[in-house]
Amino acid sequence: MKTIKVLGSGCSKCIKTAEIITKVAAEVGAEVDVIKETDPEAIMNYGVMSTPAVVIDEQVVHSGSIPSQDAIRGWLKS
Amino acid sequence: MFEIFTRLADWLVYQLMGLSADTKLGDALHFFVEDVSKIYVLLVVMIYVIALARASLNVERVRDFLAGRNRGFGYLLGSGFGAITPFCSCSSIPVFLGFTSAGIPVGITMAFLLTSPLINEVAVLLLMSLLGWKFTLLYVVVGMGVGILGGVFLDQIRAERWLQSFARKALERGKQQGKQQQPAQSSGPAEKLSFAERHQFAKGETGEIFGRVWKWVIIGVGLGAALHGFVPDGWIESHLGDGQWWSVPAAVLLGIPLYSNATGVIPVMESLIVNGLPIGTTLAFCMSTVAASFPEFILLKQVMQWRLLAILFAVLLAAFTLVGWIFNLLTPFI
Repeated sequence: MKTIKVLGSGCSKCIKTAEIITKVAAEVGAEVDVIKETDPEAIMNYGVMSTPAVVIDEQVVHSGSIPSQDAIRGWLKS
Repeated sequence: MFEIFTRLADWLVYQLMGLSADTKLGDALHFFVEDVSKIYVLLVVMIYVIALARASLNVERVRDFLAGRNRGFGYLLGSGFGAITPFCSCSSIPVFLGFTSAGIPVGITMAFLLTSPLINEVAVLLLMSLLGWKFTLLYVVVGMGVGILGGVFLDQIRAERWLQSFARKALERGKQQGKQQQPAQSSGPAEKLSFAERHQFAKGETGEIFGRVWKWVIIGVGLGAALHGFVPDGWIESHLGDGQWWSVPAAVLLGIPLYSNATGVIPVMESLIVNGLPIGTTLAFCMSTVAASFPEFILLKQVMQWRLLAILFAVLLAAFTLVGWIFNLLTPFI
């Protein structure tokens, strides 16, 4: 089971990002735990400046926009 | 070149809808159709072209560039990058912390963040097409001036004392690291973008920015059209046209609860100026609407203590009032 964190201050794009990841995960049957991280200090510690950003297993894999479905599928596979 | 939009409005309002140009409704509607269609076309074309050019510019690179710069020049650069770097206002806090943890002084970071909402490509474009290049230049200079002087002032009073403690510690750490070596987490050498990648980026940007601002254009031009058609000619001029001293602070106060982005407020500016509101008063009102808003300030509370927030707010209001007064005084010479 993968822990996926969506970093962002709760703006609409961050909420959409979390939704789309949950949706794609359900489609490919991956077990994930999607957490929204809104604490500015935590976001800073990941070195992220453009939100929404996605962190999988403590690695920042994406930042600055809503990720594409293809990208999400790629992360879930590996 | 813009004549086609006048024709479009002629055709739609006078011929298709059968309204007369002499009625208030016809006049207001004509103004609305002409401005909205013109602004929409300009927006789509220009956002795309500008996005192509700046596809490789992002906040991470600006941070690396600003880190370890000398201060005096830093404010100017911070403000300049604030004007041209795209970022969503919901990212202000991560950007603030990202700059801060790279050891960039609070004043330079704030020069970036203050200038950013005031000046952007959409605002400049609208100003050019609605009010001409002279006014645009004036607006850009004043906007950057507010950002730069605000930043200098914050560093003078050592504003970093009043950051939230985790942000202050991050700044300290960043300064230490900066002395030892160049930024630890540099984003690497600038990658070369192919035209296809630039096109993708520009397409995405155009869709996104247009999706965000189209309704503001309607609201702004709608208000402008209402002013244009329904406020009696000369009313504003005879009541506020002399630039009475109190009209400027009044305009600034009025702008605080009103929250809009630059795109929505510029069409209103056009109508106010055409109707005879002095330029200084108009500028003060618009800058206050765009840059001083409570929701944004509440967000900043996450990284600043109340005291610093209050100072920042006061600085902005004072700056906009001064801008208004100075421009009203200078108008006869421009």
